[in-house]
Amino acid sequence: MSLEALLVLAAALIAIGLYGALSQQSIVMLMMGLELMLNGVIVAAAAFWYYVAPSRPDGQVLVLVVISAMTIEMAMGFAVQTAIFRAGEVELTDEATELSG
Amino acid sequence: MTSDVVTTTLFVLLALVAVGFGFLVFRVDSMARATFALAVSFVAVGGILLLLDLDYLGVVVVVMMVMEMAIMAVFMIAYMMNPAGLMPMSMYHDKSRAMSVAVGTFVVLAGGALLVDWPERQGSPPADVTEQVGLGIMGSHMLVMMGIGAVILTTIVSALVLASARSRYDRLGDDLKARPARDPIRGGVGR
Repeated sequence: MSLEALLVLAAALIAIGLYGALSQQSIVMLMMGLELMLNGVIVAAAAFWYYVAPSRPDGQVLVLVVISAMTIEMAMGFAVQTAIFRAGEVELTDEATELSG
Repeated sequence: MTSDVVTTTLFVLLALVAVGFGFLVFRVDSMARATFALAVSFVAVGGILLLLDLDYLGVVVVVMMVMEMAIMAVFMIAYMMNPAGLMPMSMYHDKSRAMSVAVGTFVVLAGGALLVDWPERQGSPPADVTEQVGLGIMGSHMLVMMGIGAVILTTIVSALVLASARSRYDRLGDDLKARPARDPIRGGVGR
């Protein structure tokens, strides 16, 4: 285990999350992709804490911030999905076009 | 030396599980199964945090993400595209371009991770890692956690506003004084 190995793992998780966020039609599946990307950020932040500056709490606090960001993203994502589904039965990213153009 | 071997083996296993189940999220044809695949990926990342001596954060990630995915599964079933396999359909769009963007991102990020000359390790982990983060968020990093607190409160309010179809302001007006309440169907006897 090394900093480089952990960062490559983080890069893999971020890339897979990006693939999901771009390729999925369903809005909730798109959110799964975003969660997976933040999962990779958690790995990277923890790796930097352990291998670069373990004597300071910055890396650990950054992990806490990312965990909160994931929770907030999911709550707001489902709220927006519920709102636009109620307004126009929109559940696919291709149908959510109010802001396009 | 043996503990090194054990740590490396565990790391490789957990990394493979995290990436493999992460990819499975977008390969399975049921959105409920996708949720549980994502939960397994999160649990593996929690295990990797435990390997890095982050006992508290590792357990927090596992517990929080298992709960989060349990809640997510409910929404996944609510908005499922292919309920009970009755409507077989492709869940993708623009698959090849998405894949090339993802592979490009991985090459850039992993290349950067391997090529950059990272700084030397400064200091060593304290005896009690959890105490370090606790003192951090209650001391030097308190502003961060206060900010998160405010953002979470805002999230609760705005998520409720977005998700509620008709609230008391729709029924009773902006000053909550409209009587009788503006309901689509009149209440009472003989309606």
